[in-house]
Amino acid sequence: MFKILKKEILNESISKMTILAPNVAKNIQEGQFIILRVDEFGERIPLTVFDYDRANGTIDIIYQKIGTTTYKLDQKQENDYILDVVGPLGKETELLGYKKTIVVSGGVGIAIAYPVAKKLKKLSASVDFIAGFRNKDLIILENDIKAVSDNFDVTTDDGSNGKKGFVTNVLEEKLSENSDFDVVIAIGPLPMMKAVCNVTKKFNIKTIVSMTAIMIDGTGMCGGCRLNVGGKIKFACVDGPDFDGHEVNFDETMSRLQAFKSEEDKSLKNYCNLLKGV
Amino acid sequence: MINKSNVKEPMPMLRDEERKTSFKEVELGFSDECAIKEARRCLNCKNKPCVSGCPVNVDIPKFIHLVSEGKIDFAYDVIIENNSFPAICGRVCPQEKQCEANCVRGIKGEPVAIGRLERYVADKHIFDGKKSKTDNKKEKIVNNIECGKHKIAIVGSGPSGLACASELADFGFKVDVFEALHSCGGVLAYGIPEFRLPKDILNYELENLKNKSVNLITNVVIGKSFTVDELFENGYSAVYISTGAGLPRFMNLPGEGLAGIYYANEYLTRVNLMKAYNPQFDTPIQKSKNVIVVGGGNVAMDAARCAKRFSPESVTVVYRRTEEDMPARKEEILHAKQEGINFMFLSNPTGFLGSNGKVETVKCSKMKISKDLESGKNFVEPLNEFFELKADTVIIAIGNESNKIIREENSGIDFDEKGRIIVNEETLQTSRKHVYAGGDIVTGAATVILAMGAGKKAAFQIYKDLLNEK
Repeated sequence: MFKILKKEILNESISKMTILAPNVAKNIQEGQFIILRVDEFGERIPLTVFDYDRANGTIDIIYQKIGTTTYKLDQKQENDYILDVVGPLGKETELLGYKKTIVVSGGVGIAIAYPVAKKLKKLSASVDFIAGFRNKDLIILENDIKAVSDNFDVTTDDGSNGKKGFVTNVLEEKLSENSDFDVVIAIGPLPMMKAVCNVTKKFNIKTIVSMTAIMIDGTGMCGGCRLNVGGKIKFACVDGPDFDGHEVNFDETMSRLQAFKSEEDKSLKNYCNLLKGV
Repeated sequence: MINKSNVKEPMPMLRDEERKTSFKEVELGFSDECAIKEARRCLNCKNKPCVSGCPVNVDIPKFIHLVSEGKIDFAYDVIIENNSFPAICGRVCPQEKQCEANCVRGIKGEPVAIGRLERYVADKHIFDGKKSKTDNKKEKIVNNIECGKHKIAIVGSGPSGLACASELADFGFKVDVFEALHSCGGVLAYGIPEFRLPKDILNYELENLKNKSVNLITNVVIGKSFTVDELFENGYSAVYISTGAGLPRFMNLPGEGLAGIYYANEYLTRVNLMKAYNPQFDTPIQKSKNVIVVGGGNVAMDAARCAKRFSPESVTVVYRRTEEDMPARKEEILHAKQEGINFMFLSNPTGFLGSNGKVETVKCSKMKISKDLESGKNFVEPLNEFFELKADTVIIAIGNESNKIIREENSGIDFDEKGRIIVNEETLQTSRKHVYAGGDIVTGAATVILAMGAGKKAAFQIYKDLLNEK
């Protein structure tokens, strides 16, 4: 059992939790993830760790309510317990040797992008951070990101804050002015990462993406998280989650993520009805 | 008095109607009467050929003789001298290739149903409270005080890890078993379905270990949560690695990434560990119309029979060799046929087609068996004949390879080119002092009983090594 020490609502659908998990906090590095199971009937879902405190044995996770499991998780409050938390899983993001970087992120992906930017800063790289949201009410972690980036651009789909449009618009402008960057790190929804890769390909800039996939065990056993990277089968859990974005077959991954869509929708509907007492 | 029947006592089975959709155990087990009758088929051979066929050398004629006399509790003691988990082995061992293959009764008829009798004895012990006289403590040299000074870490809670833990605990060692998943048992928990190995049996054995003060620690990945170095820093005297062959083997065919194509590990884990068949659980599983299972082993049979229970229109096993070549237990093949699963032999997928990212068709080629003139061995090769099968779910069950997490840690343990840990076969010691390994991570995918045998062997070696150093 893993105790929730703190819970903070970041926007209408995204929250942050601090969880006591010393076995995870001890060795975790930027880019690695955990798998959690809320209760004995629950699914196992992967979540990237936002921050950690080794001395106190805690990790912070940020989640968006999108399916049954994240809704279930959101029912938990401070001092409640999560049944299972395992990690750290996956490989840490390799950030050594970069001097001039762009981090592009969107939505809840910001939660994964922030620790990466923070680490880059610590390694004395310059960080241009581009963050995209649907509208101004959904903006999260603005101050945290500002603190770890040299330049910070916000875009909103409706223009209610920052620049109107997508992160890729800003990225393309930036690269057109000066394409002298060592790396672009893209972390967010699959269509966003795909779009970023299409831009950076034109400028021939190395691009690292963080791949989300359906996962059960997280140790290489189930094969559910397999991706097509450079024509080879790779597992997001043990080979990733980071991959060379120019090698990833995004279309295949997007359709694999949809594999259980109708079952998931039904499950969420049932769960929400249950919550409403229907 | 010998029972001269040339056939085994039949196994009582779950009703056909119930087998269609329920995950209840299919083989119901012998009654007392059946068991005694079957036990009387044993000739009690002096040279005990069956024992040499058993990877852990259970004294089979001795326990069967005790069954024929109705002395079930004594029979249990005889079995567990060599096999810590007879209720599991009685159900999942490929007896027809092991003990029963050597049975003299098998020359003219069917061999003695050793597996069914082993299961009978174990079930009596578990469910009818036939407690063994030694109360599970084996009569061996136990040095509780010396052993109690040592903490041993076991990595992986599959059959090998559990067998090792059981033996070590009997010696008096403090034992911590680390499991990456949220529940223990390894393949016994996530792989083998409820209808073949009820989880009550596994849970009984796990409870038994806890009663022996073994700590079962879930949600810990050795190599990530703790490195092997950290285990020693934390005071463990020895480490036994039994992480198994948990990495699915790919076909590397075009279209393998389509949605609806699973490796058997994922499909079985969803069904067994995550209990997709129970609506109380959140685990999704696709409602399938036409299921194709690729492979001919027990995993393929388990996957096909699980899929069948979700009432698709058809489940077809596609296997590249012939029925005689199938590595699955004969009984599982029979059960699969009884449950209406189709088989296509000498057929092998060459690719997958789909639309909107979802699989719709499995392209196959026909195969033929040829003899290699030099080695005299049979091999299988594709013919220039192709056909297509309709499928919305494909389950690939063509084997497993080694898990690579510990290998990537660089902990001073040597691995071979296939990712298996290299050990001294006699002692199961690895290249790193006080680190031992056994089960599928050493042998490649093999059987539950071999893995258990290795666990036991390692436990004895750990005892020897640690106590001799004093």
